[in-house]
Amino acid sequence: MSVALAADAGLALLILGLAVWTSIARTAGGAVIGFMAYGLLVALVWVRLAAVDVALTEAALGSGLTGFVLLGAAARLPRDAPAARPGWGLRLAAGVVSAAVAAGLAAVVLLLPVSAPTLAPAATANLPALGLGNPVTGVLIAYRAIDTLLESVVLVLALIGLWSLARDGDWGGRPGALRSADPSPALVLLAQVLPPLGILVGIYLFWTGAIAPGGAFQGGTVLAAMWVLTLVTGLTRPPRVGGRGVRLLLVAGPALFLAIGVAGFWLGGAFLAYPAGYAKPLILAIEAALTLSIAVALGLLLAGPPLAQSGPRA
Amino acid sequence: MDSLATLASATWGGPLLVLALMLPVAALMLAFVLGGRHAERVVLATLPIGLGVAVAIAAAIIHQGAALHYDLGGWAPPLGVSLHADGLSATLLLTTAVVLCAVGLYARADFRVPPGVSEARAPLAFWTLLLAVWAGLNAVFLGQDLFNLYVALELLTFAAVPLVCLSGSPQTIAAALRYLLFALMGSVLYLLGGALFYGAYGTLDIPMLSARLASGDPIAPAALAAAALMTAGLLAKTALFPLHLWLPPAHAGAPAAGSAVLSALVVKASFFLILRLWFDVMPASLTHLAAQVLAALGAAAILFGGVLALRQARLKMLIAYSTLAQIGYLFLVFPLVANPAAAPILDLGQTPGAWTGGVLQLVSHAFAKAAMFMAAGLIAGALGHDQLRGLGGIGRVLPMTVFAFALAGLSLMGLPPSGGFASKWLLLSASIETGQWWWTLVMLAGGLLTGAYLFRVLAPALSTRGPPLTLVKPVERSRELVVLGLALCSVVLGLVPFSSFGLVQIGRLGATGIGLP
Repeated sequence: MSVALAADAGLALLILGLAVWTSIARTAGGAVIGFMAYGLLVALVWVRLAAVDVALTEAALGSGLTGFVLLGAAARLPRDAPAARPGWGLRLAAGVVSAAVAAGLAAVVLLLPVSAPTLAPAATANLPALGLGNPVTGVLIAYRAIDTLLESVVLVLALIGLWSLARDGDWGGRPGALRSADPSPALVLLAQVLPPLGILVGIYLFWTGAIAPGGAFQGGTVLAAMWVLTLVTGLTRPPRVGGRGVRLLLVAGPALFLAIGVAGFWLGGAFLAYPAGYAKPLILAIEAALTLSIAVALGLLLAGPPLAQSGPRA
Repeated sequence: MDSLATLASATWGGPLLVLALMLPVAALMLAFVLGGRHAERVVLATLPIGLGVAVAIAAAIIHQGAALHYDLGGWAPPLGVSLHADGLSATLLLTTAVVLCAVGLYARADFRVPPGVSEARAPLAFWTLLLAVWAGLNAVFLGQDLFNLYVALELLTFAAVPLVCLSGSPQTIAAALRYLLFALMGSVLYLLGGALFYGAYGTLDIPMLSARLASGDPIAPAALAAAALMTAGLLAKTALFPLHLWLPPAHAGAPAAGSAVLSALVVKASFFLILRLWFDVMPASLTHLAAQVLAALGAAAILFGGVLALRQARLKMLIAYSTLAQIGYLFLVFPLVANPAAAPILDLGQTPGAWTGGVLQLVSHAFAKAAMFMAAGLIAGALGHDQLRGLGGIGRVLPMTVFAFALAGLSLMGLPPSGGFASKWLLLSASIETGQWWWTLVMLAGGLLTGAYLFRVLAPALSTRGPPLTLVKPVERSRELVVLGLALCSVVLGLVPFSSFGLVQIGRLGATGIGLP
């Protein structure tokens, strides 16, 4: 038994154990912590499978950002809320069905052809024409650009959905879910020291996405995390939801993507096609705008719906 | 001259598909940035353009007699993603555009920015979400790639769920949350299915996948699991019995304009994908088996939805349960089209009547149900409530609204002359021709139930006894006209001869799906 195999087996056991622990945790907060650790371990599995792009996304979005949202939700639930736990029979039935589906899926996956048909060679073969080195970026921004364009619109839509939960009287105010009343001095110090470094990392992740694992989503998430850190400690204030500037930032990515896509009709021969020789600079421009829009959208998604306009108007 | 027109439709057909997809997306971004009173203006300016694009696509398809196709970015599948519109897609694009135009005109009064403020919550959310629903629907109807269709479903879900809780009451937020959970579960199952298809066949493009499935014998277990997972997920989004629990509170709780969109269009998108999965992806021998299960669930939905609609105390809840039952009819298409007895018709190069009947049911229900929800909205707005007990004599106060409601009801019941009659007649005759009389019984029982629950509304509404009703709020004549217009659309469909429904068949024959052994 090689060392790598032993490490993999340990990782798999750890993940299974954490999954069980998360499912049976007594408090919501405990379950969320379990879920976040679980996500980080799953990211390690993706690294072991040599899918570093997926690992980065899982760690940043699947574990980090989702865990943050869940922690906030768990903290807001009243402690003495009646625990509407389903009965043992229902939970057992749900467990049995889930296990059966998992076993069925496992069997099906094991029965897949050994040399799975794949588009990876085709994706790599076309990269030089685009001036890219990372096939994942090629898929996201060139071959399947339409999916990325629509997903970036979904992000704006998610924010509209969140804002629509505000009270009517609060419209036009600032999101207020993040500001903590009395942030600890250590956290404030962290919020002052970390962002310069974090912003650098975020920009690097976007920039390197063209040739190595990284890209707009990973970079945007890191930038959003830095912004959220300053929001939590009160060093910055979230923008008013009625402001035109913040809305322009939110749609900058998808709008530029769409504009370049439409220009492709004339310059590249098809919608979302890049003119020969100009592919890389255009792709970098799109990725830069997307990084910015994603960072703002994620930060505002964490900041919650607007609250009543309190204090002096800024 | 004729060849010039052909050349034009060949050159512009593809870009038209891109325009249909991207127009609502661009308008969504513009409406969001401009905000305030501009959001409504952007929507009302975009809707007629979108209707024109849908008409142009249908005209191009009829003119060419073939489906339109466009490879995005110049990358051909399987590496790239393509858009594709056959006659069915064009019909649904057109239906969507017509219903949304009516909803847009109707909703102006409900989602006006109040004087004194530059922007308000509900109007901004409603107008932007309406554009997003439109973008999602068009993406579903034009998609040709299983993952691209997943993104389309996501767009649709994230647009549809907030529409449910625009009023902000705790009940509607609970209904929206339940809808979200069902819809997300459906998305996950769909995505799993897509991953399995790709793992087994190395493509997500529907025609390529279908060809590889047909050549690979025996069929991979992964494909079976994928189809089952996708179907389960899509059924949850379509709210077919027994996965319907989320639909009644969600569709009844949304504002009337939102209910109209959700009931008339949004649930049809996931149904359309089930149709494509079983007729365009999976081999016919398997479709034959799955068709029995799907139709059995559909039959249960017809009976169950009808009985529960009879027991409702509120008008909007009654209409929501009626949607449940009418969705059931759509699923009867599967055994009626995918049946060995239908094969001789196909050999003659004709599409079975059940296919046309199913599409007609989809379209006429969209018009009728949108009209019905909007009529209910007018009634609820005028009375201040929508309790069935308090509707006595409403026909004397709002004659045009109640007339529109009754016309839409005609179509739901399947009485002549209406689109509902034409569709149910085609489905009935198909069930008799193919020797599946049991579906005939279900449809007849469903028709009786529909008649009974609509009678519960119309009988008191048209009664002349009792004191005259006092209205809380007057009803604008223009809104009544919009509702009447949509109801008339559902009726007029039944007056058009069947032969002119050739559009819904273009591009279907010759594709693997309907061609049966």
